[in-house]
Amino acid sequence: MNVTVSDTALMQTQGLHVRFDSVHAVRGVDLSIEAGTCFGLLGPNGAGKTTTIECLEGITSPSEGSVLYRGEPLGRHFAEDAGIMFQQTALQEFVTAGEMLTLFGRLYRRNAAVSELIDACQIHDFLDREPKKLSGGQRQRLLLAIALINEPTIVFLDEPTTGLDPQARRNLWDLINDIKSRGVTVVMTTHYMDEAHALCDHIAIMDHGKIIAQDTPDALLANTFDDVIMQLPHADWPADSTPPGMQIHVGAETVELLTKDVNASIAELLKLNVSLRHLRIRSRNLEDLFIELTGRELRN
Amino acid sequence: MFNLKRFYAILVARNLEFMRDYASLGWGLLFPVFIVIGFAFIFNGQRALYTIGTLGEGTVTATELLGLDDELIDIAPQADADIALRKIERHGLDLLIEPSRSRYWVNPESPNGAVIEKILKAEGSVANLSRVPISGDALRYVDWALPGVLAMNIMFAALYGIGFVIVRYRKMGVLKRLLATPVTSVEFLAAQLVSRLLLILVVNSILFTGLWLTVDFRLEGSVLLLMLIFVVGSASLIALGLLVAARISSEELANGLLNVATWPMMLLSEVWFSMADAAPWLQRVADTLPLSHMTRSARAVMLDNADLTDVLPSLIYLSGLTVALLVVGAAMFRWES
Repeated sequence: MNVTVSDTALMQTQGLHVRFDSVHAVRGVDLSIEAGTCFGLLGPNGAGKTTTIECLEGITSPSEGSVLYRGEPLGRHFAEDAGIMFQQTALQEFVTAGEMLTLFGRLYRRNAAVSELIDACQIHDFLDREPKKLSGGQRQRLLLAIALINEPTIVFLDEPTTGLDPQARRNLWDLINDIKSRGVTVVMTTHYMDEAHALCDHIAIMDHGKIIAQDTPDALLANTFDDVIMQLPHADWPADSTPPGMQIHVGAETVELLTKDVNASIAELLKLNVSLRHLRIRSRNLEDLFIELTGRELRN
Repeated sequence: MFNLKRFYAILVARNLEFMRDYASLGWGLLFPVFIVIGFAFIFNGQRALYTIGTLGEGTVTATELLGLDDELIDIAPQADADIALRKIERHGLDLLIEPSRSRYWVNPESPNGAVIEKILKAEGSVANLSRVPISGDALRYVDWALPGVLAMNIMFAALYGIGFVIVRYRKMGVLKRLLATPVTSVEFLAAQLVSRLLLILVVNSILFTGLWLTVDFRLEGSVLLLMLIFVVGSASLIALGLLVAARISSEELANGLLNVATWPMMLLSEVWFSMADAAPWLQRVADTLPLSHMTRSARAVMLDNADLTDVLPSLIYLSGLTVALLVVGAAMFRWES
């Protein structure tokens, strides 16, 4: 197979396929991750995100295709350079958070300054506690600290904020931004589009094992949409109205009007005597893009 | 390449986990004590029959000796003279008669032996036989069973301590997290083996000392040799546990496989009873089991003052088995479910 290696990419996948028995989980994924950026892998449940990121981590071997790090196939040295935070990570029982950090530190040749790491990840208050006795946010901060113990050049975060409350999520965002500011490359998956927009410099959207779009969030939005959304409460919407030049989505609570010309649309609504007291106008966001590309159908 | 720093880190973490799991640690110490005390209580002084052994050609019956029905006196033909004499020494037989050479052996220190001899003399049954006295303390069942119970305790600690833990690690994702580090499977498995070996040694040393102070059991041979037997035997059983847990991630399946491994050894490795009277093919099966070699060697040292040369064949067998099981286990090992 001919492999084109990018000069600037820290990691690349070429024609990646992963099959588990009868399941073809990843179908020809080509990715390129630039050094020092935050790369977001988005997609509905079962899209193949975790399998893809595990191929990048070297945890799962691809059935076909290649994964390159600094232009070379992954080898054992890659584990020294990578920090990994799995979607679900279990740690040994009866060992405290502090001891766990020390344990993982001993597994690598290169170590971060532990006191700085403890401060950065704000884990000093529970170093003497067992991981199973930590809250969700504390646990994720500990796992992030463990992922950073070897001063990695690239960090993989698989749904790092799933299940966390808003405060814990924002706290983790700050930590991830801090990692980025140190020049560490971050590869993450998430279901939260606001998170992806806030953190990622580059995103790829996956569905059914394939990449269906990838670029910077702003470029993806600009290339996909040229309209804005006008939102009205459902109660204010006259039944069976179809104003010209607008696409309408009628929901249980709200009605969304997609338009390229806000002034013309407002004029049309006024003609229909629609109350505009609760009208909200917003530009398209990543969630709209996600729904646009992957559909509204419920996934498993 | 094997990295000692990583090996040591995994070793320490596993030791911490075990030492802080007080419930498992306590059970590991108490279980064999319960077994030994229970069996000492049940089997002490429970023999109801007089047992007379016979050696060589020519037979005797209880009717000939005492005018009693054969059901009332156990007449036990002995194939091996040395073993039969050791039984007399340890009160396992009350009297041993060799009709073809007109002689009998008795241990005057055995109450049963003294009584049956007196009865036989009164009946005139041994009037024409020459008497050979043998001395020696009684071998209680607790003395006979203890080496096997210690070995059995090691077997459970080795197989379940390794097998279950690795399967649980794999199921929970602990192994997957380690896979993401530079740790190799050889480093991980070696750390598990050494950790378990150290813990088995410490726990069994405490147990052995505790039993020594509380239960008066027989120890004729070298404690160091006994320890060597337990180390080599433990290593082989840990290696077996590693093999069982090499790939699976279901605790139920692990339990089933570990039961398949432990029950035949419990029954065939002479922990509770001798296999001397078992069918030859069954004895050959028993000879392949690591617990058989550990139990027999420990028993030989504790009861018969066996030295290194006596137990060397078993030690070589156990060492070879350990290497073979480790090689296969490491080759089959899988980090993820």
